[in-house]
Parts: sequence; structure tokens; C-alpha cells
Amino acid sequence: MAVLPILTYPDPRLKQVSEPVREIDEDLRAFVRDLEETMHAGPGGVGIAAPQVGRLLRVAIVDCSRTRKPVPNHGRMVLINPEITRWEGMAVGREGCLSVPDYTGNVIRAEAVRVEALNEHGEPVAYDCEGFEARAVQHELDHLDGLLFLDRLVSRRHDLFRRKVYKKPGER
Amino acid sequence: MKDWFMVTLVGRDRPGIVARVTRALFEGGCMLGETAMMRLGGNFSIMMMVRCGAGRRDLEAMLRPEAESLDLRLHVDAIDARLHDHPQPDARITVYGADRPGIVAQVTGALAEAGFNILDLESDVGGTPEAPIYVLHMEGQAQEGLAPLRSALETLRREAGVEASLTPVEALIG
Repeated sequence: MAVLPILTYPDPRLKQVSEPVREIDEDLRAFVRDLEETMHAGPGGVGIAAPQVGRLLRVAIVDCSRTRKPVPNHGRMVLINPEITRWEGMAVGREGCLSVPDYTGNVIRAEAVRVEALNEHGEPVAYDCEGFEARAVQHELDHLDGLLFLDRLVSRRHDLFRRKVYKKPGER
Repeated sequence: MKDWFMVTLVGRDRPGIVARVTRALFEGGCMLGETAMMRLGGNFSIMMMVRCGAGRRDLEAMLRPEAESLDLRLHVDAIDARLHDHPQPDARITVYGADRPGIVAQVTGALAEAGFNILDLESDVGGTPEAPIYVLHMEGQAQEGLAPLRSALETLRREAGVEASLTPVEALIG
């Protein structure tokens, strides 16, 4: 196990689209362990994505079980080749990033999402996430497409205009 | 950090002010730090952290012609610049109600007593000229926790005739 160095913006690798994982083997599992250790090494990190350590693979980990204020969560989620298959609602929240030190900003995210992926044993998994955990999933999956929360910042003046938008099941 | 100044410009708004002023600063060898421009009631206002090795007098001389031609009031202060030092808000408070004198003083007074340190504040007057509403929006640190703030807001709702809500801010780091 090892704590991997975290890339920080403007490293160009953070803006690249990551490749799907083709084979889930012992090498990948070792990488997932390192990625998880790296996430826990930083202060308050609730998620991490492979491109943040320079591996352009569609792998992310989200773990909202240790937040300062408890939030609904599924514990540790290893998400390989993840897809969000359902969105619901919209909310403004404050985000920062291990790859963007000393800056936080307001971002609009879906309030609830369903994420489908493979775990590190190659088994299909699906999680219905809400609130803070849903936000973390969306933040990490963005990394796999070369997007940072900086790409989604909204003005603080938008904070007032919270509203809900419901999508039909299956609509993307 | 030395060589930092706070430059304030205030005047009637018109297109192109920011472009012209920042161009003059760039050509004069200055660098910008944090800045905030606001348009308040049709008036232009901007505050800019400016790093200028040439000193305050030269910085003023550099900006004076632009300020005069744009009919803006110029003010320059030497400051202690603390970049890379952003305190994180942990509460967002919105207050609104029928406009009347004293809302901000009453609300912020009660919140200060309950341990609220304001990091960011903006307010607007909406509604109609006959029935204006006042909307106040703040972010800050709850230095004694959220409970005293919630109870201060409850008192304000009851006694000041305003709506007041608090949303905890928990920054997600991922």
C-alpha cells in the first residue's frame, strides 16, 4: 500500500477523459487500495478518482462514512466504469477538491442519483445516493471525463434560487 | 507580503470600465489578486487587490488618467495581503421581508451576539417601489455552533417581522 502523489490543477492530465477499465485483476485491486489510502491521507477527503493520481482509468472511490456531520451513505463504494443512470432534483452546495487546493466554490448538482458500476471484484453494483453522497459521486465521476468543479462553478448569487426538477425514470 | 494595495473605484456604470482599468494596470507592470466588482443601484464599484512594486504614488498616477476619463473616484490603500488564506464558511443565512430602515443592523447585531462572523454579505431591494422587499444574504462562520444562530433567527422571525433561514455549509472535498 502506498499514498500516491495527487496531481493539482493546472496539470493537463486532470482535463483528460479516462479510459474504461478492461480487466479487473490483482494489479487493479492493488491500485484501488493505494487510491483509497491516498484519499484517506488527505484531510476530509470523501472521494477520489484515478486521474487525480495520474492514472487515466475510469475508477473512483467514494466514502462518506467519516464526515464531520453524519450524512446518509453507503460506506465505501469502489466504482469501476461507473455510469449515472438516474438523476433527481437540483441543489447548490460548496465543493473543494484535493486537486484544487485553497479554493472552494458553489456548484449545482443533482440531489439524488443512481450510480451503476463494477466493484473491484468485477461484480455489478448499483447505489441510490442522495444529498452529500450523491454530490460526491457526481464530483468524482466528473474527474473521469476531465471535468473539475471549477468547470461547474455558479455565482454565489445563485444560492437563492433553489428549485427541484424531477426527471422521468430512465431519462438522461 | 509587501507591495500590495487595495484599489477602489466608484462611479456611474458604463460598458468597458473593467477592461480599461485592468489594461492600464497590466501595462504598468501590476498584478491582480482577489477582486470584486459590484453594480449597486446602477453605480459601478470595484475593489481590487493590486501588487505594484513601484509604490502607491506611482500606482495612483498610473490609474488617475483612466479614472478621470471614466469619471470614477479613485482610492488607493496599502494593505497586508493574505492570499491563499480563505476561511471556510459553515453557515449560509438568508433574511427577507418588507423593507424598512434598520433590518440589517437588527439582524447582524443579533447574529454577531450569537457568534456569527460574516465572511460575505450582499443585499438587494426587490418588489415594487410601493412595496419594496429587502433580501439579505450572508455566509459566515458560526463560532459558537449553529444552535445559538438558529435561536437568534427564531427571535428575529418573531420580533423583527422578517423571514430568516439558515443552511449549514459543509464543503465537500473530493
